[in-house]
Amino acid sequence: MTAFLARLWEALTRRIDTFLLTVAMAIVGVGLITLYSATDQSFARIDNQLVSLGVALVLMWLIANVPPQTIARVALPLYVLGVVLLVGVALFGVTVNGSKRWLNLGIARIQPSELMKIALPLMLAWYFQKFEGRLGWKDFLLAAVLIVVPVYLIKRQPDLGTSLLIGASGFYVLYLAGLSWKVIVGLAALAGAAAPMVWPLLRTYQQERILTFLDPTRDPLGTGYHSTQASIAIGSGGVTGKGWLNGTQTHLAFLPERHTDFIFAVFGEEFGLVGNVTLLVLYLLLVGRGLVITANASTLFARLIAGAITLMLFTYAFVNMGMVSGVLPVVGVPLPMMSYGGTALVSLFVGLGILMSVQAHRKLVTS
Amino acid sequence: MALRFPFRAGKRGYPSVAELGSSELKNPERQVFLFRRRVVVAGLLVLAAFGALLARFVYLQIVQHHHYQTMAESNRIYVVPIVPNRGVITDRNGVVLAQSYSAYTLELQPTRIRNLDETIDALATIVDVQPRDRKRFRKLLEESRNFESLPLRTRLTDEEVARFAVNRYRFPGVEIKARLFRQYPFGEVASHVVGYIGRINDRDLARIAGWEESANYKGSDYIGKVGVELSYERELHGTTGVEEVEVDAAGRAVRTLSRTPPVAGNDLKLSLDIRLQEIAEAAFGARRGALVAIEPATGDVLAFVSRPGFDPNLFVDGIDAVNWELLNESPDKPLLNRPLRGAYPPGSTIKPFLALGALTSGKRSATQTIFDPGFFQIPGSAHRFRDDKKGGHGTVDMHKSIVASCDTYYYMLANETDIDDTQRFMTQFSFGRKTGIDIEGELTGVLPSRDWKRQRFAGKNYRDEHRKWYLGDSVSAGIGQGYNAFTPIQLASAMATLANDGVAFRPHLVKYIRDLRTGTVRQLEPEPTHTVPLRAEHLAVIKTALVGVAKEGTSAAAFRNSAYVSGGKTGTAQVFSLKGAEYRASQIDERLRDHAWYIAYAPADKPTIALAVLVENGGFGAQAAAPIARQVFDYYLTGEKKAGPAPAAPAPPPEAEDESD
Repeated sequence: MTAFLARLWEALTRRIDTFLLTVAMAIVGVGLITLYSATDQSFARIDNQLVSLGVALVLMWLIANVPPQTIARVALPLYVLGVVLLVGVALFGVTVNGSKRWLNLGIARIQPSELMKIALPLMLAWYFQKFEGRLGWKDFLLAAVLIVVPVYLIKRQPDLGTSLLIGASGFYVLYLAGLSWKVIVGLAALAGAAAPMVWPLLRTYQQERILTFLDPTRDPLGTGYHSTQASIAIGSGGVTGKGWLNGTQTHLAFLPERHTDFIFAVFGEEFGLVGNVTLLVLYLLLVGRGLVITANASTLFARLIAGAITLMLFTYAFVNMGMVSGVLPVVGVPLPMMSYGGTALVSLFVGLGILMSVQAHRKLVTS
Repeated sequence: MALRFPFRAGKRGYPSVAELGSSELKNPERQVFLFRRRVVVAGLLVLAAFGALLARFVYLQIVQHHHYQTMAESNRIYVVPIVPNRGVITDRNGVVLAQSYSAYTLELQPTRIRNLDETIDALATIVDVQPRDRKRFRKLLEESRNFESLPLRTRLTDEEVARFAVNRYRFPGVEIKARLFRQYPFGEVASHVVGYIGRINDRDLARIAGWEESANYKGSDYIGKVGVELSYERELHGTTGVEEVEVDAAGRAVRTLSRTPPVAGNDLKLSLDIRLQEIAEAAFGARRGALVAIEPATGDVLAFVSRPGFDPNLFVDGIDAVNWELLNESPDKPLLNRPLRGAYPPGSTIKPFLALGALTSGKRSATQTIFDPGFFQIPGSAHRFRDDKKGGHGTVDMHKSIVASCDTYYYMLANETDIDDTQRFMTQFSFGRKTGIDIEGELTGVLPSRDWKRQRFAGKNYRDEHRKWYLGDSVSAGIGQGYNAFTPIQLASAMATLANDGVAFRPHLVKYIRDLRTGTVRQLEPEPTHTVPLRAEHLAVIKTALVGVAKEGTSAAAFRNSAYVSGGKTGTAQVFSLKGAEYRASQIDERLRDHAWYIAYAPADKPTIALAVLVENGGFGAQAAAPIARQVFDYYLTGEKKAGPAPAAPAPPPEAEDESD
């Protein structure tokens, strides 16, 4: 009996990276504790989040057991589907709050840009692997087109934040695939030079967000409100924080979006600098482990997809914490594994599943 | 094996696009090496980014912690002023003249309401909103300071409160608040004394800032505007309390953190007797005029009438346009405080004071007589100053000059007296200077002198001959016409000073101030301002003559069968110069008729009340003004109450028919 259980346990955990899972679960735990405070001690959202976590863990386990080469096979269909859906959004999309981001499929509304977050790096990684060994500048040019198409479609929804993040995920693949430093530096210089020309093309609210980021006091009750109140929350937390459930900014509702995008401000207010440093270390462990897996991966596809997922994880965490603490403009990015929201949690654990799959199958392929 | 990969390659970095496809790239181990180096670079970037975040957290949570702590506190803690209860004003017997009560108001915060008109229309289906409420709200909106909430309706009924409470969710920015309201139970009676409060405007704000009381008026909406409410504002207002409440982001109070209760304003007890005031006001009937009654030994103002009055309750919430127009544009000038701000020629009421001046200076003795042919001419001039009695009074001594009000006697006296000497003596009876009564706005009046005339006509439009003092000016002034113009409070004060044998007191309306917190009562001590140096025998001559006026002289008809002995003097002030034509009251437009005066005191031996009555366009003082004084004396001295307007005294006896008054 014990032998059976031991074997079952071994079968269940064989492909699971314990380190990665432990760190992720620690962050999720911190998130749930903070969520309980942010929702004024209601269990409704906690329950939802726990259900999503269950789904996420099952998906992670399934994907962890699938070899990377199998995953690679869905890359092209997924990407094509994503682009088709994005075109569909542009043609038949549902307008919510002035932007067309949703597609109504009768049963449910879906946001194809979410799909693209994983489909684009998969596609690029698959493409580079397919033509591994004979990659020329034409391939990088084609990769750029593969990136620009969804980025443009999402940008015109308009959803500048998401399009930039998806562009970044594509860029990470190019970078890891060996895009020349000269090209990278050249692109950066070009972007810097183009910034003044891009400015007039931005929507008023986008310009407003950037201006407010540069000077939050210019509109303290409007666009700058989120940023100002979040800084007050974090700053007033001090070194040790106000204590769990005791954040005044949180509980008197001065903090907006406190269970979703701004949950980090709740955490910072109640747990202080000590909490923030702890959280930074947890994210650093997660990203560090991801980079180790990336470095050890055996195929180009595995390396590229693992590296892109890891760097995206870092990007989300950095952009969110930077935005909440006032060093980056306000863009709608949730904090990985902390913010309330089932879709994001499931996608993140799918990403972790891919990382585990890469880690678990690294020797099988080489041998 | 590692040697096969020159480290130098690192310098060049990863193969550029142009180099891609070279054989080097196909070497899997070198590929892994270069890939790992890229991962390390990415890792360093991650560390740098997280380091930047850490620096930001240290900045926010350590360096700027205090600043953000303060901001978080000011976010959540809201200091709410608690308006103190305004002091109560009572008469000398404790009858309430002004008090505050709490009532519900419907208030709108314009900054939180998108469409004001729609909101008001919707509210009108729930509570009664009249067009005048809308108009008043518009007016308040125009005058409002920044973000305050403004009342649309005041004094809601319980039913209206309940109806709104049910519909409250439909009206963000609309609230029901309990507010203190001022109420004046006597309405028009004594309205010019008590005054009223009104909403604080910019001028009031400047005044408050001048007292350095701005903090104390946080939360106060009202301030005294007129009368005692104005002049004793700082006693009545009280000290504003403070409540610290924790609020959420929507501004809702979550809990109270601390509370300093307000200290109610001090109560005022006036010297005024509201029953006497009612009798006095009723005695005027529909006539316009003023009455001031003073206790000579203290300066207590017992009655202070300005007719017509107004209802101060109309002003409390901000008066509506219709009522304002009615009051402000009425030819009867109900808003004019006549005792304080009405300057009228005193007519013959000035004579006893001039006679006293002549005795004091030695210009006349009591027994010295003159002959009155019915007119007076300045030697060398053809102009005749007429006596109102045709044919004159014949031989007249000082006593008769007062009892019969002989003009010629005073023409002659004025002709022989330097105007500046007259001015110096008369000033002592507060003619031509403020009495210092404790409500604001008192006029100085005009007691003419050479200096006064020079200054009055100093303007460029006048020439030297306008500025020069002429003997004719003195003669006109000698019977209380000419440039003389005094307020009723001045005449009442002069009468009180005379009745009190020259000891002058500052007239005052407030007698006691009660501090509610300590329960102590402070008395405002009667304030003797000065003593007019007079000789008893001179005073006796004048007082005997004044008693004579009421007993057998011009006001005898009004005081027939009185239970007390009083002294008085009638007066008639010309409104319109007839240029020598004979005065026939019935033929003249009512507004151009003479003003009627009566000044008096009683009882004659030990006066407890002195007064001045003015009836605008009342005609002869004896007929119109003296009966009002009689009613006031009757009530004050004997308790006899005759409700309603005083009847005109019967026409003067035949032999006095043509007397001036």
